[in-house]
Amino acid sequence: MKKELKYVGTRAVRLDGLEKVTGAAKYVDDLEFGPGMLYVSVLESPYAHAMIKSIDTAEAEKMPGVKAVLSGKDFPEKFGLYLKDNSIFPADRVRYIGEQVAAVVAETPKQGEAAVKKIKVEYEPLPVIQDPREAIKPGAPLVHPDLGKYEVVPWLYPQPGTNIGHVRKIRKGDIEKAFEEASFILEDWYHVPHVVHAPIETHISVSLYSYDGRLTMWNSTQSPHTQRNIIANALKIPHKNVRVVAPYVGGGFGGKAGINMEVIAAVAAMKVPGHPVKLRWTRKQEFENSSQRQELYAHIKMGVNKEGKIIALKHQLYWDVGASAEYGSNVVNATGFSATGPYYIPNVYIDSFAIYTNRPPCGAYRGFGYSEFHFGIESHMDRIAKAIGMDPVEFRKKNAIKRGEPVAYGVEMNPTGIQECIDKVAEKIEWGKEDKSPDPNKIRAKGFASVWKAPAMPPNESSAAFIKFSEDGSINILVSGMELGQGFLTAMAKIAAEELQLPLEKIRVELPDTDRNPYEWQTVASHVTWSCGNAVMRAAIDARNEILKTVSRAYHIEKASLYLEDGKVKCFTDPDFELPFEKFVINGIEMPDGTFRGGPIMGHGMFMPEFTSAKVNPETGLGGHPNVHYTTGAGAVEIEIDKETGRIRVLKMAEAFDAGKAINPDLVEGQIIGGFVQGLGTALWEEVKFDKNGKILNPNFTDYKIPTALDVPRDMNPIIVEVPQPDGPFGARGIAEHTMIPVMPAVANAVENALGIRIKEVPITPEKILNALREKEQNKQ
Amino acid sequence: MRREINFTLNGGSVKIDVMPNEKLLDVLRDRLGIKSPKHGCGRGECGACTVLLNGKSIRSCITLAIEVDGQEITTLEGIEKNNMTDLQKSFLSHNAFQCGFCASGMTMTATELLTKNPNPDEEEVREAIAGNLCRCTGYKNIVEAILDVSKEK
Repeated sequence: MKKELKYVGTRAVRLDGLEKVTGAAKYVDDLEFGPGMLYVSVLESPYAHAMIKSIDTAEAEKMPGVKAVLSGKDFPEKFGLYLKDNSIFPADRVRYIGEQVAAVVAETPKQGEAAVKKIKVEYEPLPVIQDPREAIKPGAPLVHPDLGKYEVVPWLYPQPGTNIGHVRKIRKGDIEKAFEEASFILEDWYHVPHVVHAPIETHISVSLYSYDGRLTMWNSTQSPHTQRNIIANALKIPHKNVRVVAPYVGGGFGGKAGINMEVIAAVAAMKVPGHPVKLRWTRKQEFENSSQRQELYAHIKMGVNKEGKIIALKHQLYWDVGASAEYGSNVVNATGFSATGPYYIPNVYIDSFAIYTNRPPCGAYRGFGYSEFHFGIESHMDRIAKAIGMDPVEFRKKNAIKRGEPVAYGVEMNPTGIQECIDKVAEKIEWGKEDKSPDPNKIRAKGFASVWKAPAMPPNESSAAFIKFSEDGSINILVSGMELGQGFLTAMAKIAAEELQLPLEKIRVELPDTDRNPYEWQTVASHVTWSCGNAVMRAAIDARNEILKTVSRAYHIEKASLYLEDGKVKCFTDPDFELPFEKFVINGIEMPDGTFRGGPIMGHGMFMPEFTSAKVNPETGLGGHPNVHYTTGAGAVEIEIDKETGRIRVLKMAEAFDAGKAINPDLVEGQIIGGFVQGLGTALWEEVKFDKNGKILNPNFTDYKIPTALDVPRDMNPIIVEVPQPDGPFGARGIAEHTMIPVMPAVANAVENALGIRIKEVPITPEKILNALREKEQNKQ
Repeated sequence: MRREINFTLNGGSVKIDVMPNEKLLDVLRDRLGIKSPKHGCGRGECGACTVLLNGKSIRSCITLAIEVDGQEITTLEGIEKNNMTDLQKSFLSHNAFQCGFCASGMTMTATELLTKNPNPDEEEVREAIAGNLCRCTGYKNIVEAILDVSKEK
């Protein structure tokens, strides 16, 4: 590795900070499109499951201001990221309440809303299925009778004639024999309900189909190139004629990964060439028809030997992916490979099922399924530790996976700082030290969890970067990773700054535009610092080589004698030689005869993890290399519970993550705090509630509470651990999603430590606490 | 139906015809080009659309435009004018925001707080911004940035 790092790892004001505090930052809804703008209004299904007998749009078409009406008969295409089970508008069957059935393009939103009411749809209601444990049974009503006809990537296995969109199996070792040998076995169920991303900016798209046949979209998205690919393929437009521009995103959290409502805006635009059309989800639509986090029912059976080593795990995961598994099937797949948690376990049996129901489609959500299964695994870890008389932190340290040990699918674990993460969190939370509330009605206790997560990606995900210089020696970095708030722009700038020895204030990083910026798969999986960071690093090295080559040619100095410092080329052998970038990076270097050497300096870089493979044995999950690496960490909370009201307050948190190398330490800390608080919402308050017909009962922030400034612990302690990732830029690996994962089990473990009750279903509401306390009292009597 | 209203917007006077059911947020954003207040929920729940009415923070998404006739409205565009305020500088140096969508509303609420109470304690800051939802940051840096400004005074 290099000498001392000057930019990477230092604290800095984020690149997008000034734009955001001054209001200069533009989000899609802030862009101006002139008086030609039209608005899209959507008619939603009132049924969770029904056949569409007929749609009559005649009256709607005659309404004032209406330019076009769209419905399923015009759009037979299916689309999706991994499994093409999604409809632009369903032709014959609705599968959840809120699903788009038709749309109106009108001059004003009000005219559109009035016209939508005039669309007549005749439905024939079908049985509604909402519980994945019922939906998986033979004979259950089918959500996708045509499952066998859908296009799917080769590493997912839909099971036609059932509601199973995918099943990922792991069969490692001899599970039955291991359970026979175990000295203690615990089995139980855990339940994590649906939650929503709740970005403050709802989904929005402005789309323009111009008369020359080009489709331009301004979307709030994490996935501009993936959206371009899906739209181009679904609508049969050449890729070069689809352009996705991505201004700042007002919160993503996985909800703006892949594609969903944007496809409606695209087809609406194609009906009214020359007019930009805007489709902006209301908060209610955001709840009902963007995507949610999968619900999980998990059954865990874990066996340990006399030494306290875990020797067997049977983990069955029943995921409700809702009405579409186009993206969510990969959550199910990824967690199937990793549902051991961060432990070495020699005998593993995992079934992870993607189960269709008549609930809204589910997809990526910060943590990509790992939060949900860690709730069970980490609850189980505490319960087993207590049962065998071992300290829960010690039990975790004893079983934590080490570098080189095989993970469940057989590949060796990457370098990991999990022991250090556990130790530092235990130290910070003062594990083992009792703390008493001054109020006799309140009890304080601590809870712990350790976690891991790998990016879940196709084996050929990739990133690319261009770097171009300007006359004053500054650079623009063109990438298509998305700044979601996590600090992507700043991380890319620092990586380039380090390689080019160019001060940060001379660097801009551009937001994605698929016409101009090079390819990025998606900003998901907490992988862009690693993947796009590698591409930027290569682009910077490429530009540096161009610089050195040019200077070497012009001055006849050996390349090896030249180096870069503070935006200048310097020479080891001639301390007086100093050539600032601005002297030559565009206009070249003048020779004695008046000719010039060089030209505009550019760099390009690309990255693809060439060692991964999704080709595994479907029956065992073994034989491939589905994940690039795991990031590990640990988290703990100190809570205070009011025994009379059941109310929980989290007083203190500590979380440590092994970032490999924190490119932006202060922004890494920001991710740890922010992710913790999002996790706290899911631990204590957040749950999407459905009635028996599949209707969401709380599609707003009054009835669905996300944490406010009053709800969070006052004492928050983010900790960075750095065990370098060998193939990461400066050793970096991702941490942003991971920070959410420890919270649900850490809180549940703290509740048990406080009151001796085990809550196996989040959110841990006062009602659940009081019911459990009552039950405990009754059992005593 | 339409009615002419006159109000002060960021120090300048505005005269505009509005429908009785037009929301202040829509008038500001779509008709007057004031883009800092954001649409987050449309129900007064998230605080992204916060502006100041005669110095007091309101939700512009549930305020009718005709209600501000004769009143004074201030948005982020109005408080910074030529220079960033100390509060904005503090938000910047604390890396207070992530996605930034709540930033404008949060800034208006904190501006109101610091005008009324130049030296709030941590709980007063948290109480003041409790109606401004932020999904990214966990509020820590936002609170610290506001407290830092008050300390300097």
